[in-house]
Amino acid sequence: MNLYAIKAIYRFEMARAWRTLTQSIISPVISTSLYFVVFGAAIGSRIPEVDGVSYGSFIVPGLIMLALLTQSVSNASFGIYFPRFTGTIYEVLSAPVSYLEIVIAYVGAAATKSLILGSIILATAGLFVDIRIEHPLWMLLFFVLTAFTFSLLGFIIGIWADGFEKLQLVPMLIVTPLTFLGGSFYSIHMLPPFWQTVTLFNPVVYLVSGFRWSFYGLADVSPALSLGMTLLFLVVCIGVVAWIFRTGYRLKP
Amino acid sequence: MTTMLSVSNLSKVYEGGFTALKAVDLDIRRGEIFALLGPNGAGKTTLISIVCGLVNASTGTVKVGGHDIVTDYRAARSLIGLVPQELTTEAFESVFSAVSFTRGLFGKPADPAYIEKVLRSLSLWDKRNHKIMTLSGGMKRRLLIAKALSHEPRVLFLDEPTAGVDVELRRDMWNLVRGLREDGVTVILTTHYIEEAEEMADRIGVITHGEIILVEDKATLMHKLGKKQLTVHLHEPIDTVPEALAAYALERTDDGHALTYTYDAEREHPGIADLLADLNAAGVGFKDVNTTQSSLEDIFVSLVKQ
Repeated sequence: MNLYAIKAIYRFEMARAWRTLTQSIISPVISTSLYFVVFGAAIGSRIPEVDGVSYGSFIVPGLIMLALLTQSVSNASFGIYFPRFTGTIYEVLSAPVSYLEIVIAYVGAAATKSLILGSIILATAGLFVDIRIEHPLWMLLFFVLTAFTFSLLGFIIGIWADGFEKLQLVPMLIVTPLTFLGGSFYSIHMLPPFWQTVTLFNPVVYLVSGFRWSFYGLADVSPALSLGMTLLFLVVCIGVVAWIFRTGYRLKP
Repeated sequence: MTTMLSVSNLSKVYEGGFTALKAVDLDIRRGEIFALLGPNGAGKTTLISIVCGLVNASTGTVKVGGHDIVTDYRAARSLIGLVPQELTTEAFESVFSAVSFTRGLFGKPADPAYIEKVLRSLSLWDKRNHKIMTLSGGMKRRLLIAKALSHEPRVLFLDEPTAGVDVELRRDMWNLVRGLREDGVTVILTTHYIEEAEEMADRIGVITHGEIILVEDKATLMHKLGKKQLTVHLHEPIDTVPEALAAYALERTDDGHALTYTYDAEREHPGIADLLADLNAAGVGFKDVNTTQSSLEDIFVSLVKQ
């Protein structure tokens, strides 16, 4: 294991986050706070409680998931795409580093960043609404698993993208809609039966549901199913990354 | 002398069907400076990229210091430093942290004293805290060399190191390379500046259309293919070369003001003395003579044209 290399890449990526503090930490915190102001305070006060939880509190896990998903994807995709774009990736590819080490370093850094961000948002949410966490260990598990899984997804996107447009495409057109439609702001039981069934094909539903269950004990689907689906998605991402490195896809001609 | 880099039967066909390398065999000795000469698109960069792990080979094997670059890539790559052709650098990092980053990437523990030594040797020490994007092109080139040297490689690849580089940096670079050789580092440089190969290399390989058509000691190459020319400047122009001198196959130049004699300097009797005597005998008066030796450039052009 080339630990020095993992450390070098990890620190390099974290330094990038501190350098772009406004973009990577402050702006997501502000936008999430706006959600709390609008949905929690302004609109939320007119929405009845959902299963005994005030609407402002109800949306906290979903909002953290939203931030976690979008930030993991954009952090990780940018982290690997930018060196490809500038050409500095040659250094990483010519170094005595295994693919596993490359992934651990890049994905680990991206996941760390989104976990820090998620924690800040959780703390910020605590200023606006009441939060209780019934199953802290499960909460931590979903939190960490989601950050890593979607950082892996971001890594894949960063390797697949051959322009800045594509880099934005997946987060904008897939991740954000799936998150909004994945029950971040509502319980899927509020939907008509047909749409409830359609929603079950949205992987984000399982993440949000499991995460919310760890907060309030409320779930749209069973927590075990949520965990299973999260792990399944993680395995799929690992498989794709393994394939990328085995074939040299978009990395090595 | 032991072999540091061993390339055998190496081929590369890119996805589009372009054949960049055709069954290349090449052995580079430990501690030598090897110049790989060739026109643009000859396969120089592809060859280096395969050795460094940036491009997958289609067939063939490469060993660096006895380690296979595929099965034993960690050991092989640890030995290699690469200075790429393009100025590909980070933008926002400082010079010092970028060079330290490379050292870490190659699995070496941090060593600020060594990094300082490298930066000083490349006149980059004053710039150590500057952001890379503020550096000039020449400074970025120095930075790429510093990065390549950051992990104390035993083999250094310089891909077109002096393309677009000013005289001072070029001279610094040559001195640096000589210093590296004294430390026993093997240096492989690609170039299409003949002058560079002539100045630096111990051995020269010529590559064109993906094939290595020649590998030779520089001196031997110059000997083997080097032609000398003797030019005789005449007092009075002549219209025709006198019959008596026909055996020398002289060429009339400058409207008859000079005669050129091409000979092989390696021959025991190049015939210069005879020629001058015969010129006198034929009554052709001359005021000056000079000789020129064909440069590596001439040799190269004649090889690549074949």
